[in-house]
Amino acid sequence: MDAEAAKLIGAGIASIPLAGAAIGLGLIFSNFLAGAFRNPSASAANQPTMLLAFALTEFTGLLGFVIAILILLDVL
Amino acid sequence: MLRLKAAGPMEQFEILPIVKLDFGGLDISLTNSSLWMLIGLAAILIFFFSATRRVSIIPGRLQSMAEVLYSFIFDLVRDTIGPEGRKFFPYVFSLFIFIFVLNLFGMIPSIPGTPAEIHTFTPTSHLIVTLALAMLTITIVVIYGFWKNGLGFLRLFAPSGQPLPMYLILVPVEIISFLSRPLSLAIRLFANMFAGHIILKVFAGFVVSLIGAGGGWFLLGLAPFLGVTAVTMLEFLVAGLQAYVFAILTCIYLSDAAHASDH
Repeated sequence: MDAEAAKLIGAGIASIPLAGAAIGLGLIFSNFLAGAFRNPSASAANQPTMLLAFALTEFTGLLGFVIAILILLDVL
Repeated sequence: MLRLKAAGPMEQFEILPIVKLDFGGLDISLTNSSLWMLIGLAAILIFFFSATRRVSIIPGRLQSMAEVLYSFIFDLVRDTIGPEGRKFFPYVFSLFIFIFVLNLFGMIPSIPGTPAEIHTFTPTSHLIVTLALAMLTITIVVIYGFWKNGLGFLRLFAPSGQPLPMYLILVPVEIISFLSRPLSLAIRLFANMFAGHIILKVFAGFVVSLIGAGGGWFLLGLAPFLGVTAVTMLEFLVAGLQAYVFAILTCIYLSDAAHASDH
């Protein structure tokens, strides 16, 4: 295989983690909303925890994105 | 027909020297990155000086803006670190405001035709800038942790109340998790700003090429234009959210350092 083609395929594979991060973010926000609708008075207190979980989950996807960019830009 | 030329999405991250300086073989030129950091710093100083110049019991518009920001971070620090978090408030506050302003200033559109050196630049879209901020946080955490708890700080890596064999797995996992903290802090902020600005410029490039194609393509350019508008709004959200996440994670790591020996 051509090295350039392999690079592009590799970058594509490296962006698959974004799908997992998207599923994880959906789960976090849907569960937070479900909880917040059941007990609206407790939702404000839990918002920082939700945002923290959002940030930690997003990171796994972003790692994949960064690897993809590093492959595409010939940094690695 | 309009004479438009679309720049690639990567040109915006190029670091260009404005004033070339050399310090014993070390390149310390004033670049567009440092220029925008200085602009951000100047804006922060001007804002807070003018907001607190005439402090009154009934706050004016500027003073209430400053008070909202102040109490927002103050509550965050108090709720996550506890009463001993007071001494970290200035650090967390400056960190939050600095990142927030740099992120927001990156959203200002550049004037077409001006030299590339003074185009709007987002310093937080460079890994080295965010890594420096993250390393500062982790250095404070390590120094404060050892100063406050002595060697008890190492109890952070071995949470109590586990069966003994569990520690064989738990300790390496905790150590890896601690070592990845500065990296995850830095990469989160960098990748968010980097990815967001690439998406903005890619969409904007679609608009320019479709307008440049002329004729019926002109109307089709409306679709990516609406896309740019939506992504711009999303980017404003991300700019605030990432500054907030950086501040809250800093608070959580500092709280780990402050309460390491009661684990």
